[in-house]
Amino acid sequence: MRIAIASGKGGTGKTTVAVCLARVAPNPVRLLDCDVEEPNAHLFIKAGHMETFEAAMPTPKVDPALCALCGECEKICRFSAIVQAGKKILVFPELCHGCKGCMMVCPAGAISESPRLLGTVETGQAEGVGLVTGRLRVGEAMSPPLIRKVKEHAGTNGADTLIDAPPGTSCPVIEAVSGADFVLLVTEPTPFGLNDLALAVETVRALGLPFGLVINRAGSGYDGVARYAAREHIPVLLEIPETRKAAEAYSRGLVLVDALPELKEPFKALYRRIRECADAARQGKGARPC
Amino acid sequence: MRIAVSASGPGLDAPVDTRFGRAPWFVVVDTETLEARGVKNGQNPDLPQGAGIQAGKTVVETGASALVTGHCGPKAYRVLSSSGVALYLGARGTVRETVEAFRQGKLSLAEGADVEGHWV
Repeated sequence: MRIAIASGKGGTGKTTVAVCLARVAPNPVRLLDCDVEEPNAHLFIKAGHMETFEAAMPTPKVDPALCALCGECEKICRFSAIVQAGKKILVFPELCHGCKGCMMVCPAGAISESPRLLGTVETGQAEGVGLVTGRLRVGEAMSPPLIRKVKEHAGTNGADTLIDAPPGTSCPVIEAVSGADFVLLVTEPTPFGLNDLALAVETVRALGLPFGLVINRAGSGYDGVARYAAREHIPVLLEIPETRKAAEAYSRGLVLVDALPELKEPFKALYRRIRECADAARQGKGARPC
Repeated sequence: MRIAVSASGPGLDAPVDTRFGRAPWFVVVDTETLEARGVKNGQNPDLPQGAGIQAGKTVVETGASALVTGHCGPKAYRVLSSSGVALYLGARGTVRETVEAFRQGKLSLAEGADVEGHWV
């Protein structure tokens, strides 16, 4: 089972929830930190040593001696990453999405691969959690290709995989949550939380993924999120009360269920509920949201 | 020589457009005879990015040896310079006024882009 933890708004507690789920999972799990612009799951899941691999993407390199200036490469590129200007082919590797279309259509075989470094993928183990962290190269503008590389490390043979998604609702989030059996949306009870939650709900509905809600820092007095969830028939699977102890634990890099053991059972129940929802959706029984 | 000026219309008396990539027209002017023709900066609307690159291609294909505009980003500059098109900044007023300023040597040759590129 693949569970993606997403949010819309940043800072609502995606990683907090993801590491708690990893901690209470009945079996060893993979935790993929796909928030590659600002990964932070490793601050809570403390693997002693992380193996680090460089991740790169193929971008075109043109041999002018072979190029016949037919313009086919330019025609297939949706991103103007390879263009013909006058009698020259220019490549803008930073715009390339790595599809290799230009290499396939070139009748002269003039285009070869030149790697563009995306960042690193780090893997480690800690207490039954296989942590995989993507870290985008500073200066790299495109995160989905690196997120794909991180997702290649998803658990196999039915092992559960938790995907800590980046915030927002654009391409990086789509890349992170696609293929998930269930999307857990984490929000906070504020007007900002609600605004971005509604966008995230639109996104997962468009993707046709089963989803449910966690309200973090509950108890602020703002009930807009609860009313929205009821109106939209979105199940609130867990509410995490706002407490000073929770904030202190977070600031020290502690997993919330370790610092507040009374949350262990609710998180175990959440895990079970997610599995039921995902199973129901897979069998076509569950309405969506779950 | 022939120069291209980014403009909001096709003729000599059109106001210049200080944007390069998204200017609707380029007016290609012979600086000796003031003979002018408008070339549409036809962007492929299906392309999500690369306006400056496409505009650079359009200018290269006009055969102009210099471009006068307001601002130019790094990718567009690479397209222009790879084909030897000189970049002059400081276009203002109408195309005619800009060409006159160019003829009097009041515009300075740019050594590179003067604004940051757009990413998405």
